Amino acid sequence: MKRNPKAKITKNDLKRAFIKTIPVLTGYLVLGIGYGIIMQVKGFGILWALGLSLFLFAGSMQFVAIGLLTGGASLLTTALTTLAVNARHLFYGISMVDKYKKARRKPFLIFALTDETYALVSNSVDTDKMEEGERDNYFFLVSFFDWIYWSAGTAIGCLAGSVLHFNTAGIDFALTALFVSIFVEQWIETRDHTAAVTGVLASVLMLLIFGADNFLIPAMILIAVALTVMRKKKGITNEGGGESE
Amino acid sequence: MKEVAKVSNTYLIIMILIMIAVTQALRFIPFLVFGGNRETPKYVEYLGKVLPYAIMGMLVVFCLKGVSPTGPTHGIPELISVAVVAALQVWKRNTLISILCGTVCYMVLIQFVF
Repeated sequence: MKRNPKAKITKNDLKRAFIKTIPVLTGYLVLGIGYGIIMQVKGFGILWALGLSLFLFAGSMQFVAIGLLTGGASLLTTALTTLAVNARHLFYGISMVDKYKKARRKPFLIFALTDETYALVSNSVDTDKMEEGERDNYFFLVSFFDWIYWSAGTAIGCLAGSVLHFNTAGIDFALTALFVSIFVEQWIETRDHTAAVTGVLASVLMLLIFGADNFLIPAMILIAVALTVMRKKKGITNEGGGESE
Repeated sequence: MKEVAKVSNTYLIIMILIMIAVTQALRFIPFLVFGGNRETPKYVEYLGKVLPYAIMGMLVVFCLKGVSPTGPTHGIPELISVAVVAALQVWKRNTLISILCGTVCYMVLIQFVF
């Protein structure tokens, strides 16, 4: 496979990736610190907490993992729960297959494809403007920075978490705000809002039916089915949803 | 002392390895199935184009899933803060400003107002 040409990581690349990941920085640091503190309280040392953050690198799953590990869950339960909590990653992968096709450092990019990383790298509004080499560096740096933020947060939480006295309640709203602002930006940049509306409606509908703990998988299935049906209706001439103005 | 004194370290490590294996399988499978030298199927290409829009909507709902209209705050802090983020994004088109103001707004609301 032909890889994109090598391009050195420039100061500009670093700056852009850093600025774009600041929301993730705040969210991951706070959540990571919270995670580190809980792991500490539960009796897991920094090696356990940091090891999970470095090698599992899946925020919500790591919180779920605390319950599994302390509850002594069976191996089958562990596998099935992980599958349920992280099934959405299949979607992220499918939608990044094309974009990452020729990308360099691909295994790392795939390893580090979390919700927040996905939100940034999948945003064509940003990446379409970049040259190939620049885009590769952007993909890598965003993934790498996010990975470091999360692990750093975890380490800080383990080491110094209890010394923190500033009231951080609500700071994790940064992640919600990140998704909302990207959603709005994508809305402004595109003419066809079918996919965006489908995502919201399907999720709300499944949330009402299945409740907060179980709606994610039904929502994903409904989104996939709905988008597939719409594609057949529209035919191949109008791929819908992706066109920029 | 770990709360899990009844479970051995070996068992914990096996559990963690399973979580890592399942998570990373979910991340890698799409690329292994549809990657490679072959051209991406048109259908997958289509999904790649429309999914980010739909999933971003889903993630917004996911983040707000715990909000209850009948709860103590009736979801008002969330509603106001999301509106602030959206309005700023439309007005300024700057993600950072939207997130910063929205988050500060939310923190103030839940710490001092509600």
